[in-house]
Amino acid sequence: MSGELAIRLRGVVKRYGAITAVNGLDLDVPAGTCVGLLGPNGAGKSTTMRLLTAQSIADEGELEVLGFRLPGESKAARAECGVAPQLDNLDVTLTVEQNLLVFAHLYRIGRSERRDAIERALEMANLVDRRNTRVDKLSGGMRRRLLIARALVHGPRLVLLDEPTVGLDPQVRQELWALIDALRSEGATILMSTHYIEEAQRLADTVLIMSHGSAVAAGAPTQLVAEHAGREALEVYGPPARLAEVEGQAAAAGLRTRRTGTSISILGVDGDGGYAVDGERRPANLEDVFVLLTGEEID
Amino acid sequence: MNAAPRGRRLGRLERPALTGVLVREVVNFSSYWRSSTFSSTVEPTIYLLAFGFGFGSIVSRIAGYEYIEFVGTGIVATAVLFSSAFPAMFGTFVKYQFQRTYDAILAAPVDTEELVTAEALWIATRAGIYGCVPLLVALAFGLDPAWGMLAVPGIAWVAGFGWACFGISVAGFASSFENFNYVVSAVLTPLFLVAGTFFPLSELPEWAQILGNVNPLHHCVELVRHAAFGWEGWSDLARLGALVAFGLVLWRIAIHAMTRKLVD
Repeated sequence: MSGELAIRLRGVVKRYGAITAVNGLDLDVPAGTCVGLLGPNGAGKSTTMRLLTAQSIADEGELEVLGFRLPGESKAARAECGVAPQLDNLDVTLTVEQNLLVFAHLYRIGRSERRDAIERALEMANLVDRRNTRVDKLSGGMRRRLLIARALVHGPRLVLLDEPTVGLDPQVRQELWALIDALRSEGATILMSTHYIEEAQRLADTVLIMSHGSAVAAGAPTQLVAEHAGREALEVYGPPARLAEVEGQAAAAGLRTRRTGTSISILGVDGDGGYAVDGERRPANLEDVFVLLTGEEID
Repeated sequence: MNAAPRGRRLGRLERPALTGVLVREVVNFSSYWRSSTFSSTVEPTIYLLAFGFGFGSIVSRIAGYEYIEFVGTGIVATAVLFSSAFPAMFGTFVKYQFQRTYDAILAAPVDTEELVTAEALWIATRAGIYGCVPLLVALAFGLDPAWGMLAVPGIAWVAGFGWACFGISVAGFASSFENFNYVVSAVLTPLFLVAGTFFPLSELPEWAQILGNVNPLHHCVELVRHAAFGWEGWSDLARLGALVAFGLVLWRIAIHAMTRKLVD
């Protein structure tokens, strides 16, 4: 399927009264890739996800999902998509297996294939042993895995993951990353929104950085970092007066900086370059790129 | 790059979508059927026993019927109302506002029209069954069985569909649970009292009789009574038509209200 687009958005605008949640967004998601929408809360990521399932209707622009034009053909598109929402909307009084059974029906899996589909989803999400457990007895991480299993029960061509690890502790987050990574390696097309830099950097083939409803940059994580922040950054710690002085020196040397609380990061100090300020060298990262391009911090 | 190849476009009110939503309801019902059945049958039965034996001890006959027969048939409509409008209002509101169940369903190949229709069909089916309970209680207390009573589940289903759609509509337009108080006090309670369940409408002032005749609950009461004591031909067909029209109009209103609520 390489060369085909699973998602194609052009000039998409979504307004809520005076607020423009999505502002002229262009987005291409090639089939078989994992694309990450990276941005802070309020950047328009979740609205973009809702637009893709026609639960929000765009005010302007063109949207195509798996070749179907939205919103008119959204139902056909949704039949071939799996969606794991940011907010848990499982049926809590049902068991794990019953939740999957319901969605096997909603996704129109035939009677003869239903059992196998549920087993596959349980295995993929590592929930086989919990099949008869009521959802309200599951841990937060298991519930999140069940949300993803529910999205995968019908073998979708496209998977939409809205903040798949938000609010989870680091260990559970790692488990989910492994699950998403397994999906990737099986060739699924994934669009994932996140505000975790590390998540985007580790899982996404392409990252689209969003701010105030618009895309400000797109590319492979390493490419974005190399293009906008160089290979290395110098982290300088000190009192405010010292940081201000270092900031001035960096600006005079034509280097870009970002304030990071009690320190200042000087970007693009690749090699020694003759820049002689004491500090801690570290690889430049997506966070540097994000702050440089948007002027906003992200947690 | 090109867009991926197109699949088939899906239609409206598709059976698989309706079935999917109904399966969800049936599976969920297995976890709460006891409490639901209890509330939907015990309350009208208490009304039946209280009015039947309370008023029945001072009013022996009314409109040509024994009072227990009059109330036993009339209270079917109350059971239908209690098991359709109320669960539809509260259940719908909880599912979209707190549980976000409808967001999950609408991410699957189901549209709002199918969602609302399946929910109303399910509630109507429950109302069709629960509505028969007071009749069974009345039979146990001396109401004579009649072949026409076999139509009662059907009448209760049609009325239940309309009231379910009414409840879904109210939930769709409401912004909070508190809004339901206005509907219960200003709409449902007057309609419940002016339905001919406990006393005939002919005893009421003319304006109340007019109100009663546009009250779908009254048509349900009369149809059940005629099913038990003898049909009245065209007038019963007209009453059935009124219930069907009530259901169809409220069905479209419910779809409109929920589309506004769920798709922004």
